[in-house]
Amino acid sequence: MIDTLQQWLSNPFIFAIVKIAIVFGVVLTAVAYMSLAERKVLGWMQMRPGPNRVGPWGFLQPAADGLKFILKEDIVPSMVNKFAYILAPMVAIVPALMAFAVIPFGPTVRGIDLHITALNVGLLYLFAITSVSVYGIVLAGWSSNSKYPLIGGLRSSAQMVSYELALSLSIIGVLLQANTLDLSEIVRMQSGWHWYIWWYQPIGFVIFFIASLAETNRIPFDLPEAETELVGGFHTEYSSMKFAMFFMAEYANLVTAAALATTLFFGGWNGPFVDKFPILGLFYFVIKVGIFLFIHIWVRATLPRYRYDQLMNFGWKVLLPLALVNLVLSATIRTVQLVYYGG
Amino acid sequence: MLQVIFIVFALAAVAGAVSVVLQRRPLYSVLSLVVTLISLAAVYVTLQAQFIAAIQVIVYAGAIMVLFVFVIMLLNIKEEMAPDRHRLLRYLAIPVAIVLIGEIVAVIRGLSSNSSLRTIDTTAVAVGDTNSIGMAMFKAYMLPFEITSILILMALVGAVVLARRERK
Repeated sequence: MIDTLQQWLSNPFIFAIVKIAIVFGVVLTAVAYMSLAERKVLGWMQMRPGPNRVGPWGFLQPAADGLKFILKEDIVPSMVNKFAYILAPMVAIVPALMAFAVIPFGPTVRGIDLHITALNVGLLYLFAITSVSVYGIVLAGWSSNSKYPLIGGLRSSAQMVSYELALSLSIIGVLLQANTLDLSEIVRMQSGWHWYIWWYQPIGFVIFFIASLAETNRIPFDLPEAETELVGGFHTEYSSMKFAMFFMAEYANLVTAAALATTLFFGGWNGPFVDKFPILGLFYFVIKVGIFLFIHIWVRATLPRYRYDQLMNFGWKVLLPLALVNLVLSATIRTVQLVYYGG
Repeated sequence: MLQVIFIVFALAAVAGAVSVVLQRRPLYSVLSLVVTLISLAAVYVTLQAQFIAAIQVIVYAGAIMVLFVFVIMLLNIKEEMAPDRHRLLRYLAIPVAIVLIGEIVAVIRGLSSNSSLRTIDTTAVAVGDTNSIGMAMFKAYMLPFEITSILILMALVGAVVLARRERK
């Protein structure tokens, strides 16, 4: 029985499918519980308990929400462009989940690499996926045939496209130090407390963090979906499962942004005693990603939103020049390293 | 296995391209073009050109086509309503298309057999990966790179000037 299981698992395709299924399950559960975590943490920061009716500490709240989404009536308004209306949530969620194919969750444990794949252009793959997910939002906004979703969709996609520039430029410093685009390699290069946050990239991290807040449409950059401004923004006209897909896509993007921040700047799965007990790497990764998710929620509880023109000004006139300055500084530091210290 | 992947994505690219031309609503044409571009990126990966594949999706499918989508949405371009002014060109198109396809078929046949057209080495040379593109672009082809960047800057400045003039 165990023999046939091992024989099956040694086939690389089946092994990959098993890994994908595990990562999929874990990510979807994380996304569901992120919604609960956000509401609880926001509640505690606002001196109230958050959801606590459905199970102890509200632990069954995501299950209740999921059931609600499945059982709700799926309304399709009559004047929408049906093809784009139904396509948009798919285009929003599929790239959000595809991003987890390259993220390294841990080191090699007993011969099993704890990542689905290690693409040699892993980081570019992530940016390509993020670029495609813009279509989900802009299609959703337009196909709804209504003014609030249209404005929300256009604002949101313009914001995402603008901050993608600062995002991409901010990680070039990390690439200069690591000399590779492969995310698993970048994590391995940071072993031994050689993390890129203090190995010359603090500005890069700050720019990356702010740009990732804008990319995932979080406060302070969530005007495109602000309830007081635009009803629901681009997902106003969506109900039940399609709305749930947008919801999940947003939280999946958030988890991806947190995972990228730990992978690129905070050493990924590195930590004390990882070389002796590789399974600790997984725990360190989860803890670090959890800390970043908490910081994202903390920022949401603390800051007011930017107005849209302030937001675009900030992205183009402040963040982009800062990212370019960071690029020049990183290149200078790297040259000094190579010339005077031999690499 | 590579054959299967290539066939699937090549079919998707061709289907997308045909759909670009045959769709009545311009938004569907743009979305079909995005499908074509992403399928082409997958074909580039089968040719060991991963960097180009990623850049294709980031730049072409992810930025330029988003611009197209914005324009179509904001101008609310509905179905094609242009009058049929180019009858002659439509009848001329078919022989020209046949000539072009004939040329492509001739080239492919020349490549597949041992003829003088076979000067391209079709084995997987490491041309498309990040390292070699970077080395080529910043060492041997530095001047074209800088000139292209100045060209793009000119286009940017021109676009801003043109957009501004309408306000006065």
